[in-house]
Amino acid sequence: MNRVVLPLSLQEALSTLTADPDATVLAGGTDLMVEINRGMRRPTSVLALAKVPELRRWEITPNRIHIGAGVTYTEIMTTEIAQAAPALAQAARTVGSPPIRNAGTLGGNLGTASPAGDTLPVLATLNATILLQSANGQRQLQLDEFMVGVKRTCLEPGELIIATELDRTNGGQEYLKIGPRNAMVISMAGVALVADLDTRSVRCAMGSVDAGIPRALKAEAWAAERIDWDNGAAIDPAVAQEFGQRVSTECSPIDDHRSTAAYRRHAIGVLAARALNRVCSPKRNGHV
Amino acid sequence: MSRQATITHTNTANRGIGADVTRPDGIPKVQGSFAFSSDLWADDFLWGHTLRSPHASARIVSIDIGPALATTGVHAVLTAEDVPGQLNFGLEHGDQPVLAANQVRYVGEPVALVAADHPDIARRAAEAIVVYYEVTEPLTDSEAAPQAAPIHPDGNVIRQLNIRHGNINATGEVTVEGTYEVGMQDQAFMGPESGMALPDEDGGVELFVSTQWLHVDRSQIAACLGIAEAQVRITLAGVGGAFGAREDLSLQLHLCLLALYTQKPIKMVYSRDESFLGHVHRHPAKMWYRHHATRQGRLVKVEARIVLDGGAYASSSGAVIANAACFAVGPYKVGSAHIEGLAVRTNNPPCGAMRGFGAVQTCFAHESQMDKLAVALEMDPIELRLLNALAPGDRLITGQQITGTFPVAEVIRQCAEAPTPELAPTQDHRNLPGGSGRTTEATDTARGEGFAVGFKNLMFSEGFDDFSSAACRLADGVATITCACAEVGQGFVTLAQQIARTELGIDEVILAPAQTATIGSAGSTSASRQTWMSGGAVQAACNKVRSLILADISAKWGVHLDGLVLRDGLICTLDGQQQASLAELTANRAYEADVVYRHAPTEALDENGQGNAHVSFACAAHKVIADVDPDLGLVRIRHITTAQDVGRILNPTQAVGQIEGGTAQGVGLALMEEIVLDNGLVRNASFTDYVIPTTLDMPDVTIAAFIEEPEPGAPYGAKGIGEPPTISSSAAVAAAVRAATGLDLPRIPIRPADIALS
Repeated sequence: MNRVVLPLSLQEALSTLTADPDATVLAGGTDLMVEINRGMRRPTSVLALAKVPELRRWEITPNRIHIGAGVTYTEIMTTEIAQAAPALAQAARTVGSPPIRNAGTLGGNLGTASPAGDTLPVLATLNATILLQSANGQRQLQLDEFMVGVKRTCLEPGELIIATELDRTNGGQEYLKIGPRNAMVISMAGVALVADLDTRSVRCAMGSVDAGIPRALKAEAWAAERIDWDNGAAIDPAVAQEFGQRVSTECSPIDDHRSTAAYRRHAIGVLAARALNRVCSPKRNGHV
Repeated sequence: MSRQATITHTNTANRGIGADVTRPDGIPKVQGSFAFSSDLWADDFLWGHTLRSPHASARIVSIDIGPALATTGVHAVLTAEDVPGQLNFGLEHGDQPVLAANQVRYVGEPVALVAADHPDIARRAAEAIVVYYEVTEPLTDSEAAPQAAPIHPDGNVIRQLNIRHGNINATGEVTVEGTYEVGMQDQAFMGPESGMALPDEDGGVELFVSTQWLHVDRSQIAACLGIAEAQVRITLAGVGGAFGAREDLSLQLHLCLLALYTQKPIKMVYSRDESFLGHVHRHPAKMWYRHHATRQGRLVKVEARIVLDGGAYASSSGAVIANAACFAVGPYKVGSAHIEGLAVRTNNPPCGAMRGFGAVQTCFAHESQMDKLAVALEMDPIELRLLNALAPGDRLITGQQITGTFPVAEVIRQCAEAPTPELAPTQDHRNLPGGSGRTTEATDTARGEGFAVGFKNLMFSEGFDDFSSAACRLADGVATITCACAEVGQGFVTLAQQIARTELGIDEVILAPAQTATIGSAGSTSASRQTWMSGGAVQAACNKVRSLILADISAKWGVHLDGLVLRDGLICTLDGQQQASLAELTANRAYEADVVYRHAPTEALDENGQGNAHVSFACAAHKVIADVDPDLGLVRIRHITTAQDVGRILNPTQAVGQIEGGTAQGVGLALMEEIVLDNGLVRNASFTDYVIPTTLDMPDVTIAAFIEEPEPGAPYGAKGIGEPPTISSSAAVAAAVRAATGLDLPRIPIRPADIALS
C-alpha cells in the first residue's frame, strides 16, 4: 500500500478523491479490512473518512432524519436516532459485536451494497434518499437507484456517500433478521416493515433474498387495503399470514453455503407475517 | 454462570492440590498481552507461505516455480523435490506427503513453499507459481469409498474394526432402528497455526511452535529432513487452544525445511481461513443402529454400522474409529453386540483428533436410540438409562471388565434430579430463539427437555506404550519442574506447580518451558491424559526428590524416615521439635530427579474387537432445556445441567472451565458448527461463516455435581475431565430440540431448515 490519507474535512476528502479516484474508501473497515486481510483486495491508496466531521453528524427534523455517512451502528442504536427510526436501530443492533458496531458505519453499509446489509431493507421502507457528493456537485438517489446489483452501486469516480435522509413515520416499524446463530451473524433472511398511519400504507423490504433489496409492492398494497386504519391499524391474523405468503413470492432467493432458497423464501413469509402482526397489533413492540 | 458444585478436598490456603490456583496466562490472554506463537520475532527473519491445492483430486502435471523465484524479495521456493528425507509423514501411518509431488488429494493440500522478506511478497509469489493440474472427479462419498477405485496407494479403507460380543444372533422383544449423521466440526481454537524455525550452525534446526505433542513432532520432522532427532530442538510457543487440531503436523515441517534451505529464521502464521484448510477436523459420521431390549427395558443387543470419513490421509483415524466402535453403545450393560466400524479415505479434508475422539459421534446415535427405545417401551428415558447403566465389575462390549470407579448411575441421577433454576425472562429477545434478530416472541416457541449420558476412555489405548517424563530440581528452596507436556489450555501450567507444592511442602515452583532438548516425551496433550500422565510424572519426580532429602536428613538427625515431613518450606520431625529450612538445605546442593511414568499396560483388540484395550473411563451427563421456534427452525437453549465423573477435583475453577467450555463445544456441534463441503471444496473457511456459539447461544450451566470417587492408580485419584463434557452435550441438545418439535432430527448440526421445512 502506498498511501493512507486521513482528511479532516469533507472538502479535503473530496479533493483527495478527485486527485486519486482509485483510492479505496475506508468508512469503518468492517468489510474492507476483512477483504484486505484475506488478500482479496490490495488497495494502492486508502482514503479514511473517520475524521471528517461533516460525515459524523445527524439531524432530526419533524419529518426527516439526516444521518451522516460516518455515523456508527452504535450511535444509531444509542442516540435519538433510535427513537426516530426504531427499525434502523433494531437493524444496527443485529450487526456484529459491540466493537464492530463501534466501527461500522451507515455509509459503509451502503458502500458495500451487499444484499445482506442489515440497514438496507430499513432504508428502503423509510423512503431513504442517498446523498452523493463529488467535486462537481451533489446527487440524490433512492436506494434502488443507488444499489444496482450484488455489491454494485452507481457511485462514480470521485464521488462519496455523504449522508442518508429518511422519513420519520407515524406508526410501527420493525426489522427482523435470521442468522445461523442468535447474534453476530450475517443475515440469511431479513424483513423490514413500516405501517405508515398518515399515508395509510405498508412498506416492506427484504434482505439476503435477491440481488438487491426488493420491496414487496404487491403484497404491501394488498395488506394496506385490509388493515382497519380507523381502529388503530387492526388486522386479522389470517390476513397477516397471507400477507407473509404474498411477500415471500416477491423475492428471488438462492441456495448458498449459508442457507437454501427454499428456507429463505419460507422464512421471509414467516418474518413478514410476524412483522405485520407486530406493527398492527395494539400492543406494539418496536424497540430494541 | 451459576455453579452448584460439590467441591471437597479444596484447600485454597496452600496453593497445592485442590486449590483454586489462577492460571498465569488467563488474564494476559483476556487482555491481549499474552505472547502467542504468532508473536515470535528474530533478527533478519523471513516469512514463509504455503501454496495449496485448489482441487480435491488432481494429478500434478508440472510446477513452474520460475516466476515466483524471480520475484524481488523471494529467497526460496520449495517443492516436493526439495524434501531431503522421507517424503511422507503421519501420526499413525506415514501416508501424507510433506508437499504433494504427483497427486493432490484434498483442497488445501500443500504443494509448494515460499520464503520472502514480507508476508505479502510471499503470498504473491506463491500465487505466481504455475501448477498444471489434471483435475479428476473427487471421491467424496464415505459410504462409496470402500468399493471405489483407490485414491491412495494405501487404499480407501484406513481401518475396519468389527466388534462381536456375546451372542450376535440374539434378539430382543422390542427393537428400534435409526440412521444418524454427524457433520464435520472444526476445533476452532484461538491462535491459528504459527511458529518460527531457526537454523543452527551444525545443520540442525530449532523450532518454536504451538503444538500438542513435541516429541512426535520431532520424530516426524527429523525423518523428513533426513537428520537426527537430536538435531531438531522444539520448544513450545504460546498456544491459544488445540482440541486435537494441533496433534498432526501442519506448518512444523514446512518451517524447518525453509529454515534449513535459506539458513535464515523463518516465521509462518496461518490466517484463520488458511487454518481451516491447514489442520484435521472431527470426522463426519454416518451411523446405522438397531437396539434390542426386553419388554422390561433391559438391553439385549446392539447392532451398529459406523462409517467415519477420514478424508484424504489417515491421521489418527484408526484410533478414532476404535473409540467410536468400543463406546458405540454408550455407558450401558449390553450382553451382545455386533458393531462394524469403518474409517475410510476420501478426497474430503483430512480428519483426525478432536475433543471426544469418536465417542461424540456415537453418543449422538446411542442416546438418540435410547430415547427412541424409551418411547417404544413407554418408559421414562431416565429410568431406562438407570436400568442399563454400567457399573464397576460390569463388562464393556469389548469384554473388558471395569475395574476402576465408574459412577454412571450416580452421574445420571444427579444430573436428572437437579432442579432447574428460574429462567431469564423472555420479554428480552436475547433470551428467545433468534436472539438479537428479534424474530420470535415467546408465544412462537415450544419448550423441550433433553437428556444424554456418554463416556470414553482416558489415555491411549490398544497396547500403545503411553508414558510421560518429568524432572524435578529443588535448589534454594525453589522447585523447578521440567516436562514436555504441551499446555494448550488444559491447566498443566498450574497443576504441575500445585503437585510440586503438595509433594515438597514448598510454595515457589517454576515450570520450565516445554521442550525436547533436555527431557523425554510427555506424550500428547489429548485423550484427557495429561493430568494423569504428566501429573503422575511430576508427582513421581517430586517424590523422588523428597525421598533423597528425607534420606539425607534421616541419617543426619538420626530420625526414622517416617518421623520426618516436608511442610511450609521446612523439613521437620512430626512433632515439630527439630526443623530445618528447605531453602538453606538446598542452598549449596540441589536435589534432582527425573522419572518416566507409565500407566498400566493395555492390550490390542483381537479379531472380534475383544480385549483389555483401555486404561480407565469417565462419564458425564447433560440435561438441556431448549426453546424452539418451529416455524423458523430457530433454537435458544435456556439452561444446561450437567454432572460428571471426575475422580477428584484438583483445581475447582479449572474444572468448571473445562466443563463449561466442553459443553459449549457440544452445543456448537448440535446447532451450528459444520464445515460445509461442496464436492470436496470447503465453502465456509472463516469465522464469518463457520459459526461457533456466542453468549446468546450458550446458556448458564449448572454443575449439579462433580462425582468424586477417586480412581485407583490415578495420581490423587483424579480423572481427566476435558472430553466428557463434549460427548453428551450435543446429544442432549438434539434431544431437547426433538422434544420441543416432535421431529426425528437424525442429523447434527440441526439446521433451521431441518426443523422449519420438515
